[in-house]
Amino acid sequence: MRIEKCYFCSSPCYPGHGMVFVRNDSKQFRFCRSKCHRNFNKKRNPRKVAWTKAYRKTRGKEMAVDKTFEFEKRRNRPVKYDRHLMGKTIVAMARVDEIRGAREERFFANRMKDAKAEKKKQARVEIEQSIELLAPAVAKREEVMRNVVDRARARIASRKKARGEKVETSNARSVTATAMEEG
Amino acid sequence: MPVYNFKRIGPVPSAPDLVDIVLMRTQRKTPTVVHPGYKISRIRSFYMRKIKFTQQTISERLGNIIQDFPRLNDIHPFYADLCNTLYDRDHYKLALGQLNAAKGLVEQISRDMIRMVKYGDSLYRCKCLKRAALGRMCTVLKRQKASLAYLEEVRKHLSRLPALDPNTRTLLLCGLPNVGKSSFLNKVTRGNVEVQPYAFTTKSLFVGHCDYKYLRWQVIDTPGILDHPLEERNTIEMQSIIALAHLTCAVLYIMDISEHCGYTIEQQCRLFQGIKPLFANKQLIVVVNKVDQQPWETLEAEKREMIESVVKMGGGNCTLMPMSNITEHGVSQVKNAACEKLLEARVDARVASNKIDSVMNRLQVFQPQPRDNVQREAFIPESVKKQLEEDGGRPKPQKSRTGYAPTVDDPEADGDATMGDAAVKKTARDLMWENGGPGVWAPDYRAIYDLKEDEWKFDSIPEIIDGKNIADFVDPDIENRLAALELEEEQALKELEAANMENPEESDLESEEEAAVMAIRDRKKTIRLMKNTNKTNNRPMMPREFRGRAKDKHDPGARNKNEIEKRMEDLGVDASKMIERGRSLDREAARKRGRSRNRRDEDDATMEDAEPMDDDGQSKTKRKKARREREESRKRDPSVNKRTHNKPQTLEKKGLNEDTKATAKKMERKGRKGWAGGAGEGDNRKGVHLVKWMNTGKKRNGTHYCR
Repeated sequence: MRIEKCYFCSSPCYPGHGMVFVRNDSKQFRFCRSKCHRNFNKKRNPRKVAWTKAYRKTRGKEMAVDKTFEFEKRRNRPVKYDRHLMGKTIVAMARVDEIRGAREERFFANRMKDAKAEKKKQARVEIEQSIELLAPAVAKREEVMRNVVDRARARIASRKKARGEKVETSNARSVTATAMEEG
Repeated sequence: MPVYNFKRIGPVPSAPDLVDIVLMRTQRKTPTVVHPGYKISRIRSFYMRKIKFTQQTISERLGNIIQDFPRLNDIHPFYADLCNTLYDRDHYKLALGQLNAAKGLVEQISRDMIRMVKYGDSLYRCKCLKRAALGRMCTVLKRQKASLAYLEEVRKHLSRLPALDPNTRTLLLCGLPNVGKSSFLNKVTRGNVEVQPYAFTTKSLFVGHCDYKYLRWQVIDTPGILDHPLEERNTIEMQSIIALAHLTCAVLYIMDISEHCGYTIEQQCRLFQGIKPLFANKQLIVVVNKVDQQPWETLEAEKREMIESVVKMGGGNCTLMPMSNITEHGVSQVKNAACEKLLEARVDARVASNKIDSVMNRLQVFQPQPRDNVQREAFIPESVKKQLEEDGGRPKPQKSRTGYAPTVDDPEADGDATMGDAAVKKTARDLMWENGGPGVWAPDYRAIYDLKEDEWKFDSIPEIIDGKNIADFVDPDIENRLAALELEEEQALKELEAANMENPEESDLESEEEAAVMAIRDRKKTIRLMKNTNKTNNRPMMPREFRGRAKDKHDPGARNKNEIEKRMEDLGVDASKMIERGRSLDREAARKRGRSRNRRDEDDATMEDAEPMDDDGQSKTKRKKARREREESRKRDPSVNKRTHNKPQTLEKKGLNEDTKATAKKMERKGRKGWAGGAGEGDNRKGVHLVKWMNTGKKRNGTHYCR
């Protein structure tokens, strides 16, 4: 009894789940669910289907090469059962998994390293370009703008509160005002 | 050595059949279409081909027949003579010769006619020549009718001749009719020859086979021979004579001493003397048959002497043997004696011939001599000898239970301790029967696991943990590898920390900015949604004058004061004046409505009086016209009448102030897209419409309907 890997999405197939397609050259294709089977039948390439593990790995969204992956392997050389070795293995499995998790987190952080700055930049550009949208009319423009922004702030604050984060109160100079002055 | 198998000769068709075959084949295998318009050379070659092909077919057919039939000069003289007696040599040769001549004639005809076709000047002439050629060839074939029929008969008879080999070991039975030749054959071989109590039951040669000394012997049964000169013998007798004359064999001359066959012993002896020349150079046994009826010992001395004298006359290699087919007395002795004699004779003949030298060269005979008088016996170990003595020559069964789980105790099995002498290994099958049979007990293979410690044998080995296969991780080197990995991880963490120290974390967006961005994005989202909503108006249009009165479910806040106020505030407009104006308008409209209703009532009332003139002195028609005009002017609202044929005015012309110019510019850009100066529904244009079914598929005479 073993947990197989889905041919399409690489998720685990537990015993009694999914189905196997055996091609006439005796190659086996295992599918974790009918979704994967259907996609296979449509001759889709798992590397080009966004929700599969293969896609994420080829696109560099997930760690593809790492030493921790070397531990889990189908070895063709049989090893005789040894109680001590079995114990060591089980302990090692947990530790390897832990390390792998940490590495994945780091990988993600590294991948997202520049995202924050980029987002900030984009936000500023957006403010600069489309601040007009908030108050297109003529009279009482600044007042209106303030109203709108205040309402948005209140919404953000409530959302953060619901998430249990600390609400920061800022008395910074009105950005909108500066943006309008410039624009 | 040729094997005579006349069954292989193909059937000979009769003359009309042969003609049909030939012509049909020509028709089938040569082209059939020719036109007078063809080039003459083509026409000529068309007909020449036909003639040539017919001739070839005929030659092939006749050639096959000539080839198939045996040539009397080439085959064994026995068969040649047999054919002579049965089919008449002259007739046979003549028939084959005629076929050969016919073949030559046909070839000659074809040559001539082809030469003539070469000079044919039209299709018709060529065709006539071809007809003539085929006709002449067929006539030649038809003339061979008699020969072909005769050959077919011969073929049928030949194929039924016994397949006897004139050169092999042969026993030949001969004698007067009814003396018991066929009975002997039936006894000795598996041949099933008809035996009847009258003369000439056997009308032709029969062959049976028997074994002696692991060799195959051919036994030939011949028809009976009567005692008269050769010239008077009929065809049936002649077959026997031919067999006697041509085959090198052992001859069994069978005599009936009981005289039940209808011939006296004297007659039988006379026949023997008559055919004695045929026995020359042959092994001869005179078999005295039917001794069950008339034993040899009690035979009259006179007759016995007669027979013995005959045997003496037969020469050195002639013996006498009594036999009875019914009691089977002496049958096998006769066979064995005959075979033995013939075998000896044949071996002698071989040795005498000059071929023997080549065989003798290859033979060498060794006769080993004992080198000393020492006795050499098989070696048996002492222990085994002792064991054998104890057990009385039979080894004791051993029992063992190695390798299997503990089972019900068996007193006979003494386990591994005394393994060797007394214990025999218990098989899994034995254990199964002891413990309840198949389906109840099965061997536990864990017991024979070869592990480092026996204690581990029955461990339940885990397979899966945390969604992983444990077997995939099992590696004898795992400890070292894990240590290496941990070291690497530590290093990586340190590096990361150092890197973090260098590059401080990016600060968050300020809350003001964040809010603004969010508001902008929300607004954009709303705009996008509004744009995507289906704006087609597929419901009855409510006239503008009623729109405000009833509550509009599609635009609930359209006439709500608070809603309007809020909206305007969002847009930065002071709505108070607007609302005030709206309110006053409303009030006025209500007053108007009320008055008009009253006035209409008044009108209705005055109608009764049929007074055509109003207070103002206007006629009714004029009044009506004025009202209509008023209504129409109200209807002609610019917002209702949206589609215009004027280009939108430029910003300068509109005279907007500076603040809103940018926004207005944007709006104008958008509006330009929506400008409806292009084709409208009034511009009715009909493109060329191609119907698919009319313009695809077959275009000419076909099955597609309606075209």
